[in-house]
Amino acid sequence: MILNFRNVYLDNASTVCGPYEAKGPLSKNFDKKYTDDLYCKERSFEKAEIRLLEDSIKILLKKTKLTPKDIDLVISGDLLNQITSSCYGALNLKSPFLGIYTACATSIEGMLIASTFIDSGKVNNALISCSSHNMSSEKQFRNPTEYGSPKPMTATFTATGGASVLLSNKPSKIRVVNGLIGTIVDYNQKDAFNMGAAMAGAAADTLYKYLSETNTKASDYDLILTGDLGKYGKEILKELMLSEYNIDLSKNYNDCGTMLYDLEKQKEVMAGGSGPVCSALVNYSTIIKGLMKNKYKKVLLIATGALFSPTMLFQKMNILSIANLICLEAI
Amino acid sequence: MTNKKYDYLVKKHTPKEDKVKYALIAFLVGGLLGLLGETLIRVYIMLFDISRNDASTYMIVTFIFFASLFTALGFFDKWVSKAKAGLLIPITGFAHSMTSSALDYKNEGPIYGVGSNVFKLAGSVIFYGVVSAWFFGLVRYLWEVLV
Repeated sequence: MILNFRNVYLDNASTVCGPYEAKGPLSKNFDKKYTDDLYCKERSFEKAEIRLLEDSIKILLKKTKLTPKDIDLVISGDLLNQITSSCYGALNLKSPFLGIYTACATSIEGMLIASTFIDSGKVNNALISCSSHNMSSEKQFRNPTEYGSPKPMTATFTATGGASVLLSNKPSKIRVVNGLIGTIVDYNQKDAFNMGAAMAGAAADTLYKYLSETNTKASDYDLILTGDLGKYGKEILKELMLSEYNIDLSKNYNDCGTMLYDLEKQKEVMAGGSGPVCSALVNYSTIIKGLMKNKYKKVLLIATGALFSPTMLFQKMNILSIANLICLEAI
Repeated sequence: MTNKKYDYLVKKHTPKEDKVKYALIAFLVGGLLGLLGETLIRVYIMLFDISRNDASTYMIVTFIFFASLFTALGFFDKWVSKAKAGLLIPITGFAHSMTSSALDYKNEGPIYGVGSNVFKLAGSVIFYGVVSAWFFGLVRYLWEVLV
């Protein structure tokens, strides 16, 4: 079901990144960079992630000239158990807090919830943030951080950073047009090193539903962006859309995971970036700037999340996935 | 879309890993490590005038020490991933797995952190090592008693 919004605007956004993202092609667009230290001046990777999220909130408040008291609602999510980075990171705001989780689809989920709250008149504004950290995710989901096991080419690299965005009912240059909450899909995927394959199906499902329900074509949008399918997942989605639904994505489609890093030079990222902050870093910096400068008129942002749990995978269950979509328009 | 068709698409867009190349790298690195080990044994025999058995133990301890040190210094993981299984299968891989686990959990303290997580990866190796040693010991014992 399409969620239509009449009175929701994107005020501003902030991005903070780690060393690998700072070496990437979008580096100049980020507000703050920790260029040489994955610990971000903290004593553990988990604390570093909290700091990244906290930093992004501070920068956003500064940019929008608001104080914590002015924020009606905070919605935040991340990858760690009990979404710890979000809880600790939002502590100092002392604003009403909603914690959310749909893995790497979190940022758009937050924007959809916030837009619904704002459009219904329950709140005037909402701050949505998310974070991920390459090392804290490795530690939780895979092997110890200093353990070097060979990875296949389809593996993706969790992005390090924190990103926040402020939505409000006060008119600005960018309007939140509508969106679609994704459904959980299961395409029988079991390879934890090929998340792109697990998520491409969810992206296709959401995009097809959105286009058919809004009666629009892919070519009606200046840009269609998926979150973190990576180099190979992107190809799966393109072929799937064409063969199954006859929708051509060859002209105006890209994937944030392949944009955040230079895949040729930064070989350590393998198939590209992933993690909740991967799409947020690209969307909140480059895409929002593009909309503000009227480089794009209308964009579709699809955040894709692999709802992956190592425990369930060891118990022979499939990797589920979900994709949330939001449409932004420059006015 | 059926899962079968989806699987076909995934397979089509999954790059082929060059297993022959990886095996060759692992063979060469592992072999070089073996050569280095043998050289060390001979050097220890000459230097300390000890038996070959003792010298092997010294060699193993040396390897464990350097694998752990290099892990702690933060570059051994890059070597391991480049060398494929070449550094992972020998004793260096075992030491690497323990040190990396210990490093990861140092912030959670000596008991709930390092102590309970140091065998996170190596635990399986030790457990199945002990189980198979017991099993083969039993087979050998029965063989000697019955035959």
